[in-house]
Amino acid sequence: MATADVRRELFGHAEQTNYLTHSRGFLSWALTLDHKRIGIMYLVGVSAALIIAGIFALMLRAHLYYANGTFADASWGLLQVDNARYNQLFTLHGAIMVFSFIIPSIPAALGNFVLPMMLGAKDVAFPRLNLASFYLWVIGTGFLVAALLTTGLDTGWTFYTPYSIRTSTHVVFATFGAFVLGFSSIFTGINFLVTINTMRPRGMDWFHMPLFLWALYATAIIQVLATPVLGITLLLLIAERVMGIGIFDPDMGGDPVLFQHFFWFYSHPAVYIMILPAMGVISELISVYSQKRIFGYTFIAFSSVAIALLGFLVWGHHMFTSGQSVVMSMIFSAITFSVAIPSAVKVFNWLATLYKGSILLSTPMCYALSFIFLFGIGGLTGLFLGALATDIHLHDTYFVVAHFHYVMVGGTLTALFGGLFHWWPKMFGRMYDDFLGRIGCFLVFLGFNLTFFPQFVMGSRGMPRRYATYDLEFQVFHQWSTIGAFVLGIGIVLSFGVLIYAALYGRKVTGNPFGAASLEWQSSSPPSFHNFDHKPIINDPYDFDSLVYDETLDSFVLREFMDPKQVPERQPVAH
Amino acid sequence: MALAESTQEHHEHHEHGEFIAHHFDTPEQQFDSGKLGIWIFLVTEVLFFSGLFVAYTLWRYHHPQIFEQAHVHLDKYLGAANTVVLLFSSLTIAWGVRCAQLGKNQAVAILTLITMVCAAIFIGVKAVEYSHKWDMGILVRSAFTYDGSGHHHEATLPIAKSLGVSDWLIWLSIVPTILLVGFAFLSTFMYLTQKPLWGKFWAGMVVTIGGYFLGAIAGHIYMKVTDGGVGGKHVRAHSEPLVLLAASDEQKHGDDHDHAQDHTAKQKLDRDIGIFFSIYYCMTGLHAIHIIAGIVALSWIFYRSLANHWRPDYFGPVDYVGLYWHLVDLIWIYLFPMLYLID
Ligand code: HEM
Ligand SMILES: [Cu+2]
Repeated sequence: MATADVRRELFGHAEQTNYLTHSRGFLSWALTLDHKRIGIMYLVGVSAALIIAGIFALMLRAHLYYANGTFADASWGLLQVDNARYNQLFTLHGAIMVFSFIIPSIPAALGNFVLPMMLGAKDVAFPRLNLASFYLWVIGTGFLVAALLTTGLDTGWTFYTPYSIRTSTHVVFATFGAFVLGFSSIFTGINFLVTINTMRPRGMDWFHMPLFLWALYATAIIQVLATPVLGITLLLLIAERVMGIGIFDPDMGGDPVLFQHFFWFYSHPAVYIMILPAMGVISELISVYSQKRIFGYTFIAFSSVAIALLGFLVWGHHMFTSGQSVVMSMIFSAITFSVAIPSAVKVFNWLATLYKGSILLSTPMCYALSFIFLFGIGGLTGLFLGALATDIHLHDTYFVVAHFHYVMVGGTLTALFGGLFHWWPKMFGRMYDDFLGRIGCFLVFLGFNLTFFPQFVMGSRGMPRRYATYDLEFQVFHQWSTIGAFVLGIGIVLSFGVLIYAALYGRKVTGNPFGAASLEWQSSSPPSFHNFDHKPIINDPYDFDSLVYDETLDSFVLREFMDPKQVPERQPVAH
Repeated sequence: MALAESTQEHHEHHEHGEFIAHHFDTPEQQFDSGKLGIWIFLVTEVLFFSGLFVAYTLWRYHHPQIFEQAHVHLDKYLGAANTVVLLFSSLTIAWGVRCAQLGKNQAVAILTLITMVCAAIFIGVKAVEYSHKWDMGILVRSAFTYDGSGHHHEATLPIAKSLGVSDWLIWLSIVPTILLVGFAFLSTFMYLTQKPLWGKFWAGMVVTIGGYFLGAIAGHIYMKVTDGGVGGKHVRAHSEPLVLLAASDEQKHGDDHDHAQDHTAKQKLDRDIGIFFSIYYCMTGLHAIHIIAGIVALSWIFYRSLANHWRPDYFGPVDYVGLYWHLVDLIWIYLFPMLYLID
């Protein structure tokens, strides 16, 4: 401290600080209102949730390696997995993955960091609300973990009544945790909606925003409109258990299917909370690493909003076998099919963007391409489930498990990694090892498909989900799946390793190493406390020709700042 | 360079008004953000209540007779009085917003205080209503033990006996009493330590809690004078079906299967009457929680008015809290007819 001051005195120039070095100590993080630090804290948090729930997943998969249950009569106490223990494992795996990891992952961790910077702003509109959102996340996750450490929880992540009213496990803890996590999500949503509405810089209209912002905006709409319904549903479930209000309990004249309606009214839109931000990330990655203007900007933008709105009208497709009326099922089925349209619009636009682009197959791009492939499979299998006749056969089988893992892991987790690699140099000012990064991406891709593709096959052959033991005929599929899960696990650990190593020891990078045109790349890497040292120049986020590489700086800079004679002519705009 | 930048930053901060956060460029931008934020928040609140409204609608659609029979236990005069109190409080806070826009801080303080007192009166009346029902065993579905006689549990707490009120009302009043004493103490302490601003603030909070006791006492006197309120009389005069149906849980389970079909149907109806009150308690309870949250938010406005924070270019928080308060009011405007005025 003192010596640094002396040095500054002697040599005359202050050290340049950034948001990481701006202030020090635990409290400077714990009480920070800086969106970048909150984003990093969220990232640490959701990664921890991913690791905890991931360990559960590996235990589940290991148990399923043999048809009779690998650990069914293990004599080592804690490792022994009977049916009850198995139910608890998959419930907490699902609940933590969904509520604590995947829903906040891209918006609250990456979005928090990137969104204000993409707008050239200093922060989100309500920094305190942002910090509150993080602490609610901590508290909510704490309750889920408390349920885990006490009695476990065995209802499945869906908390279906009437079982959830009767089980002796701590449903109240877990639902209260999910309730609090819901508020955390609502706060993020409110913040993002307001920030995008009121803090866009002069000169950036809605159609000159990066598509990631459109995606976050659409996500925020869902967070704000759907999550309160989950909140009241969970409160009613708690009231049902604690006081016996009888609304969902058939013994008291209540209606358990009402719970399913309430639950899916939130949870189907929630699957779009999970995937829309991922789609936004992919729009950025595909265009930056093809160095080509995104194809069909307005289509992609509006398809996000269309998905968000249509997503509210399809919840009944989770209830085709619940006894709802045939007419209702038909309507829900038809609308479900229509959701596939905007999703496909995006995929085709990404592919068209790739066409004749100068594609750089670095780690983020590898993840982006693998996203398109995996999301394609995940989305298309959704159509089988949305069709009435096939869903009766496939409902509650491993086919459903495979479907949603293709969209949630193959889609969202893949995009999260792609986004992390893309923005990592911005966040920490250091470059990752591209070779190892790509190896990690390949392992994730390989392991993922190995895990979940066999599940489509066994699901369509009738293997039901949520069982601890099964018929011998399915064993070979389960064994492939288990092997794949461990490969996937290794891939994820390797990727995290590459990122952490990069943040600590990577080669230093400059402001804009990849030639990306959105505003966050006009800051230094890592950004300073107020994000920008100068007011950023408002630029078309997909006009990559507006940037040229400056060798002396080792960074891409706007043409305006270069000597016109040294800069090649602008390319004619091509689509 | 570094120097130039830092002076520029300094300058910027100076230009910023006292309450403009550093990340906003102009007061308008800050105000618009806050306003949009609170509107979105209100949307989430409406959706939050919507689950209960849906449950209500479904139940009423499937079992209209339950709603007709059960609602007579709600005293519409007490409900109406509370409606008037809330409407009046909406008026005072709206007026307060206007005064804040004009920078009349003292008027804002007084109007906010009146709003808070009204809120507390509302809670006081609600406490009387709740305790009255709990006394008769009119509880949520699983605990519903009403026997149709309108019979009350005898008070057992000495203080309840000497005041002639129910035990439940005493239990409900414990927290307000503690708050009253605590706030009075804080207020005196602040005045004594020469902090008149805080002294005034806590005195205002004492007055607010006074509203609770005002509401509770007025409600109690009303109950005494009308002998249990409209609900009570009405039920005693016309409640034959209820008396017939009502029975303790053991009786229901002991029921043998040879009874006539319509008798079992009646039994079912009786048991399910509790569902009406489940919904009633969920809706009004959640609403009451919002009233209490409103009092907390209003007290913040009250303090800042005493501290003279509002100016024509800075009055956002009054506006936001005012909007929230109108919503809480509006929800009650729906709850009152839906629950109290069914026929
Ligand atoms: C292309 C659009 C999609 C369609 C048509 C679709 C369709 C369906 C259908 C019909 C089901 C119910 C299957 C059953 O239970 O029988 C289902 C389940 C599920 N889907 Fe999708 N889906 C789509 C996209 C997504 C996305 C993007 C996600 C998440 C990121 C997702 C996550 C889930 C989950 C978690 C379940 C299982 C819920 C459970 O029972 O635990 N889906 N999907
Ligand atoms: Cu769905």
